[in-house]
Amino acid sequence: MLRATALSLGKALVVAEMVGGKVSPATLAAITAASKVGPVTVLVAGASAKSEAQVLAKVKSVQNVLAVEAAQYSHGLPEEYAPLIDAVVRANSYTHVLAGTSAFGKNVIPRAAAKQCCMPIPEVTEIKDERTFVRQTYAGNAITTVKSSDKIMYCTLRGTAFPRAEVEGGSAEVVDFAATPAVGKAKFVADQISTSDKPDLATAATVISGGRGMKNGDNFKLLEELATPLRAAVGATRAVVDAGYVPNEMQVGQTGKTVAPNFYLACGISGAIQHVAGMKDSKVIAVVNTDPEAPFFQIADYGIVEDLFKVVPELTKRVKEAAGK
Amino acid sequence: MFRTLPNYLKVAVCVKRVVDYTVKVRVKDNKVQTANSKMSVNPFDEIAMEEAIQLKEKKMADEVVAITIGSKKAEEVLRTAMALGCDKAMHVVVPEAAEESLESLAVARILQKLHEEIKPDIWVLGKQAVDGDFGCTAQLLAGLLDVPQGTFASKVEVTNQKITVTREVDAGRQVVELSMPCVLAADLRLNTPRFPKLPNIMKARKKPIDTKDVAAFGVDITPRLTTETVTEPAARKAGIKLKTVDEFYDKLHEAKVL
Repeated sequence: MLRATALSLGKALVVAEMVGGKVSPATLAAITAASKVGPVTVLVAGASAKSEAQVLAKVKSVQNVLAVEAAQYSHGLPEEYAPLIDAVVRANSYTHVLAGTSAFGKNVIPRAAAKQCCMPIPEVTEIKDERTFVRQTYAGNAITTVKSSDKIMYCTLRGTAFPRAEVEGGSAEVVDFAATPAVGKAKFVADQISTSDKPDLATAATVISGGRGMKNGDNFKLLEELATPLRAAVGATRAVVDAGYVPNEMQVGQTGKTVAPNFYLACGISGAIQHVAGMKDSKVIAVVNTDPEAPFFQIADYGIVEDLFKVVPELTKRVKEAAGK
Repeated sequence: MFRTLPNYLKVAVCVKRVVDYTVKVRVKDNKVQTANSKMSVNPFDEIAMEEAIQLKEKKMADEVVAITIGSKKAEEVLRTAMALGCDKAMHVVVPEAAEESLESLAVARILQKLHEEIKPDIWVLGKQAVDGDFGCTAQLLAGLLDVPQGTFASKVEVTNQKITVTREVDAGRQVVELSMPCVLAADLRLNTPRFPKLPNIMKARKKPIDTKDVAAFGVDITPRLTTETVTEPAARKAGIKLKTVDEFYDKLHEAKVL
């Protein structure tokens, strides 16, 4: 239980990540987590921070929004963000600085922590109390509860471990905060974003992943065909990303994305520790593999020892039939 | 002093000895049991070393210094580093009892002190160690030194005192340009690490290692995070294997997932 007494109450700052004018799902999860330690202030920075602040002000359980409108923050460069976060922390003495576990959060939060010489606590999956956090180590093979003695706790929160705060129903006060001087030691050059109208892998309710058993990149179309009627996202293992079948942002695992959908369908994936670390919190796991000894069968709710090139088209057919009824 | 070619860079690369990534660790007595596990170089650090050595081969760098912070046994990762082509090796020795609780922050602060001594243009680290899965030493070091950081790097190009780094981010890639000195954190796809050759392994055994005691740095290594409990993740209950695709579909349909 949280010790929600006046004395121990924390004061939380959430560093927001906005994607196309919307609050990122990871930030919404971080807001839920932050509301457990105390009143929540959200920091938003960038060229369009003022309009983004209005979006954040409506998010439930946000009390204050600090808007910093300045172009140097637009691409999430940690060299610019860390001094800003530190200025905000010094001005308002927060006890917790939180962000979602994303490439942005993982990049920025530890650098901000360095400014106060604090030890960051990455990928938190549970907040026991203001100082006690649960996180996974050894590719998810150990669950570690740690207690921080730092004056400020800098954490990233695993988006799959906390419910997302509702984007409506809040009415936070928006306050402008002064930009810190531009540092300029790092320069943004370009984004190489894979455009996709498909559901986001990290937040999809259903994920269909392919491994080495897919044999080539073209065969991923089979998974896409099943994914479309299910509104599912398609993921992959490191092996197929390395082989160049699919782009890296599709990688699920210890060093790729962590997903915890309602349903995870693994096709032609053996189930190595590093892959399983990224999806074992899925509610229902089904595995299609020709190898009956594949380790994946040990954690699957449903398994079938069969060729995926037979199973997947058949499932697609059945799903389409069911949808047509 | 010895750097006669002014355009050449000095690279420092950090290496950690960890439980081999193929080992499935066990939790017992509130502790991860590592006593008899196979130990190896952290896989991301192998990639970091490879990148440092490639910079040397491309005549961008003229010196690569490998650094490890750990117990006496950690020396073996530096032997690997020298067999791969690192020029110098530095071992900051930590008492065995303190090794496990040594945190990224303490490591970054020791490296910060070493920065004064080594004065590298580029620091290369792995993006995370596969034991603690913290993934924050590079960012902490860059923050402490107040130099730019290129994390999750999948491509590194050095030109005219600038470094262009392609980073793996959530939606694809991001390209940034950093001034030097800077800190890089290697991601999986930065390169494919080479294996050390046997004659080089033999030669590396005889190379000197600059050994320092952690106490000499005056950095407080007391952990900020105390471990309260370590448990195994909840085991999933055994599932069922279906014989036919029809059965497989029906079960998934019953479970309301298809």
